[in-house]
Amino acid sequence: MSAAEISLRKAALRSRSLMIGLVLTLVFAGGALISFLWTPYDILTLDIANKIKLPSGAHPLGTDHFGRDILSMIMVGARTSIAVALVAVGIGMGLGVPLGLAAAARKGTFLDELIMRGNDLVFAFPSLLIAIMITAVFGPSALNAIIAIGVFNIPVFARLTRSGALSLWTRDYILSARVAGKGAARISFEHILPNVTNLLIVQGTIQFSLGILAEAGLSYVGLGAQPPIPSWGRMLADSQTMISFAPHMAIFPGMAILLTVLGLNLMGDGLRDLFDPKLRKVGR
Amino acid sequence: MILKSLNIGLISAAALAASIGMVQAGQSDIVVGMQLEPPHLDPTSAAAGAIDSVVYSNVFEGLTRFGWDGSVNPGLAASWDISDDGLVYTFHLRSGVKFHDGTTMDGEDVKFSLDRARAEDSANAQKGLFAAIDSIEVVNPTTVKVTLSAPTGNFLFNMAWGDAVIVAPESIENIKTNPVGTGAFTFSNWVQGDQIVIIRNDDYWGTPARLESATFKFISDPTAAFAAVMAEDVDVFSGFPAPENLPQFDADPRFTVLVGSTEGETILSTNNKMPPFDNVLVREAVAHAIDRQAIIDGAMFGYGTPIGTHFAPHNPDYVDLTGNSQYDPDKARALLAEAGFADGFTTTLKLPPPSYARRGGEIIAAQLREVGINAEISNLEWAQWLEQVFRGKDFGLTIVSHTEPMDIGIYAKPDYYFQYDNAAFQTLMSDLNAETDPAMRSEILKKAQTIISEDYVNGYLFQLAALSVANSKVVGLWENAPTQATDLTAVYWAD
Amino acid sequence: MLRYVIKRLLSLMISLIVASAVIFLAIEVVPGDPAAYMLGLNAQEDTLAALREQLGLNGTIAQRYGDWISGMLVGDFGTSYTYRTPVVEMIRERMWISLPLAIYALALSTLIAFPAGIWAASKRGSVTDISVMGVTQLGVAIPNFWFAMLMVLVFAINLRWFSAGGFSGWDSGFFAAVKSLTLPAIALALPQASILARVMRSSLLDTLSEDFIRTARAKGLSKRQALRRHALRNALIPVLTIIGLQFSFLMAGAIIIENVFFLPGLGRLVFQSISARDLIVVESVVMLLVFAVIVVNFAVDIAYAFVDPRLRVQG
Repeated sequence: MSAAEISLRKAALRSRSLMIGLVLTLVFAGGALISFLWTPYDILTLDIANKIKLPSGAHPLGTDHFGRDILSMIMVGARTSIAVALVAVGIGMGLGVPLGLAAAARKGTFLDELIMRGNDLVFAFPSLLIAIMITAVFGPSALNAIIAIGVFNIPVFARLTRSGALSLWTRDYILSARVAGKGAARISFEHILPNVTNLLIVQGTIQFSLGILAEAGLSYVGLGAQPPIPSWGRMLADSQTMISFAPHMAIFPGMAILLTVLGLNLMGDGLRDLFDPKLRKVGR
Repeated sequence: MILKSLNIGLISAAALAASIGMVQAGQSDIVVGMQLEPPHLDPTSAAAGAIDSVVYSNVFEGLTRFGWDGSVNPGLAASWDISDDGLVYTFHLRSGVKFHDGTTMDGEDVKFSLDRARAEDSANAQKGLFAAIDSIEVVNPTTVKVTLSAPTGNFLFNMAWGDAVIVAPESIENIKTNPVGTGAFTFSNWVQGDQIVIIRNDDYWGTPARLESATFKFISDPTAAFAAVMAEDVDVFSGFPAPENLPQFDADPRFTVLVGSTEGETILSTNNKMPPFDNVLVREAVAHAIDRQAIIDGAMFGYGTPIGTHFAPHNPDYVDLTGNSQYDPDKARALLAEAGFADGFTTTLKLPPPSYARRGGEIIAAQLREVGINAEISNLEWAQWLEQVFRGKDFGLTIVSHTEPMDIGIYAKPDYYFQYDNAAFQTLMSDLNAETDPAMRSEILKKAQTIISEDYVNGYLFQLAALSVANSKVVGLWENAPTQATDLTAVYWAD
Repeated sequence: MLRYVIKRLLSLMISLIVASAVIFLAIEVVPGDPAAYMLGLNAQEDTLAALREQLGLNGTIAQRYGDWISGMLVGDFGTSYTYRTPVVEMIRERMWISLPLAIYALALSTLIAFPAGIWAASKRGSVTDISVMGVTQLGVAIPNFWFAMLMVLVFAINLRWFSAGGFSGWDSGFFAAVKSLTLPAIALALPQASILARVMRSSLLDTLSEDFIRTARAKGLSKRQALRRHALRNALIPVLTIIGLQFSFLMAGAIIIENVFFLPGLGRLVFQSISARDLIVVESVVMLLVFAVIVVNFAVDIAYAFVDPRLRVQG
């Protein structure tokens, strides 16, 4: 097989993973959006008489221990997962990117050192411990889950932005901008930021999927969104004692998490290849 | 030392014999699963019911003791006389009772135990049990005279609690890790986070236990509890945490499911001082908005007895008042409108960890939503619940099971967390305390139940069921839970 | 070099001090009075006050922070509020579960990831490569606690090969103990193995494209020979870094898995202690975990500096 052939196959494969990722992501995002307007059943009304029913025509994914329709629960749960992860990524980017830009612009100074050591410090706390500590102090809620996940996203974006920006600061066009008298802040936002956007989008997708996993883990241990707001992690926690006679209660929410995270990861990989032509170079 | 190693030699020889089938005798050890591990083993200085679950009656004994049916029977006191004015109790102790460390149990130990429990700096969680005691006098080693400051109809009952067991001054220092009592079992060892082993006390004063040893294994996770029983890793699971799994055990011939009664009145506790719950119409509306059977089916998978007041249904003095709060959402809406809340209102529903509260809370929130009340759920750990709800009184609604026996007296304390302040009820309770005539006491108790039911103080949900699973061959377990205890003194294996 | 080490050491110290202050402050403001929790519903005010005094909860925050830090420096982590035993002993006991579990999971993940990564890299673009990468995609995406629940359903409840949880204890025999750690270790290892396999693969591909490999191949070595003789060793550096980081992650990341399998390890201890408001235990365990991560990071940095002198200058 020639090198060119390999590269072609690979490009096709990559775009396929992008496609699969995009489709999976759209399915769940779509489900979440539709749930604002319509769900097969109202998830706020309990129907104890119909509890723990296996999948059937009336309930394609069965019902849970309160007789709620699991498909409807998963649709509304997608809303929680996506919202929590999205806002957490937003926090990470909103704070991490400016910090990274500042550190790069003032490379080697005390500010740079302070930001980078601060990052190390946050990294040193296992993310789940941060989350547990935050929720232990402020009580469990979706908001606190967002903060807990978001805090951990800050150093990720700060580091990425700094390293991306550092390589740009040595470029000629940046030098000419400096000569033209532009300040560091202006250069950072006008010239550096647009050139690290691709990096940020790719990383954002990955962090988004990690956020969904983290939200599921937190709600599983009871530290995420509180009832009656459905969340995939809590659906799993609720199903745990019933798994021996009602496995559908555990399988479907778990599949939802798995497929969403898989979709986002595939999309992230696909985007990276799309943005990074180096990877498509023959032989690399 | 020599004795000890000899003992070990004997045991391993016996084990060897058993393993190669030479000895055909029935099994003489048992593994009891429990959900909660005790923080330490002194029942007289903590509220943790898990302590009593291990040591009550097995390791420690009191002057009186609870029977499986909740009756109060002689314990270390073989008999007693009560003066006509109800103020002086003369206890006649059993003679020849020894603590596990070989010291003798006598009147001085009784005085020491009771004085310690009621002392100023005592850490006893139920100090109220001893509040009526005025003085304790050791007449002779087997006679103790307790004088009360006021007649207390419940005194013998109080002395049966795990918080009132008899301890010895010689062993008090290390009681938390090495409990020394007078019971039919001796504490052997404790692997924290895992298990506690007790072994038979061969010098026991009464009928010796039939089991040679018992292991309490702590399995807090309901799924793991299920698996442990299924795999026969435990022979008994006392207080099985997941009612949803019981039908599977019931269908399996290897196991017996024991469903008994507890003293746990599970209630939707209502903050009577917080608007709008200070309005009796609103409380009545809440009562009619609740569908008890749906809660019992949904949260407890059918286990539990509906109650209409704060009293255990198995008690002979119980009055069935569930009719006062029939499920009737239309009536609830009408009552709300009458109270000026036609559009409903928003309140908090703070839930402690047990599944009856967490699941029951979700169901109640949904039922309240039907009549327009928006109850915002927040799940709390016990420590937070105690701080915010119990001590801080910062809540609208909460769900909790009051597991203390005969605790209707809490409604006479206006500063108790649900803040019910009714002078008539308070008078009734002080009458009860002064009354020793059983018929009169019964009258008063019935009247008290009716008052709180008709005042809709709290939402009365159901009596918690005592749910246990055991190997079908295990005989002699308590089916009911009149107090938190796993009395193994009469347990044995059927062949 | 010495200057670099000293500088890193200094920053390590500062990190530790800041971390300890953050942990202490965060945990001290946790609502919930440990004394009230221990005494329950019918406790009276004077009893509570007596217990608070006993627990040393009455000093000022600065005083208590000082006591905590100076205690830890000499190996005294204080006494647990609930169990009344030294925290050091509790940690030591739990460590005998968490540490073996982490090592077990790490060994499994390495054993799976190395062959998978090398195999995929050596057959780049083939069906093998694609399927290995597909499986690792699933491995990264699967929530490990859900995977654990499914394993319990299949292997414990249906097949009864393993118990659904709990730890048999090391005195029940080595194999019994290892057996009770097997399902948790697999659940922990799967996502780690997937990450590691991917890193292994891309790191190998990177080295394979470097000049010295091309030279080796030009000299007539087959691709496989080049891979074995030269690429593998060079590709190991990033892989070892990841393993180092994963180890500290596994120590802490086991919290949820320890809860699924109710293993009495460090993670579960943190969880239980938070619900019991046993603050001193929470503080000490969290500090210990953070300490471990910071020290591992420090060691990785120093090791790097030895391997790659350029890093020393950059700091």
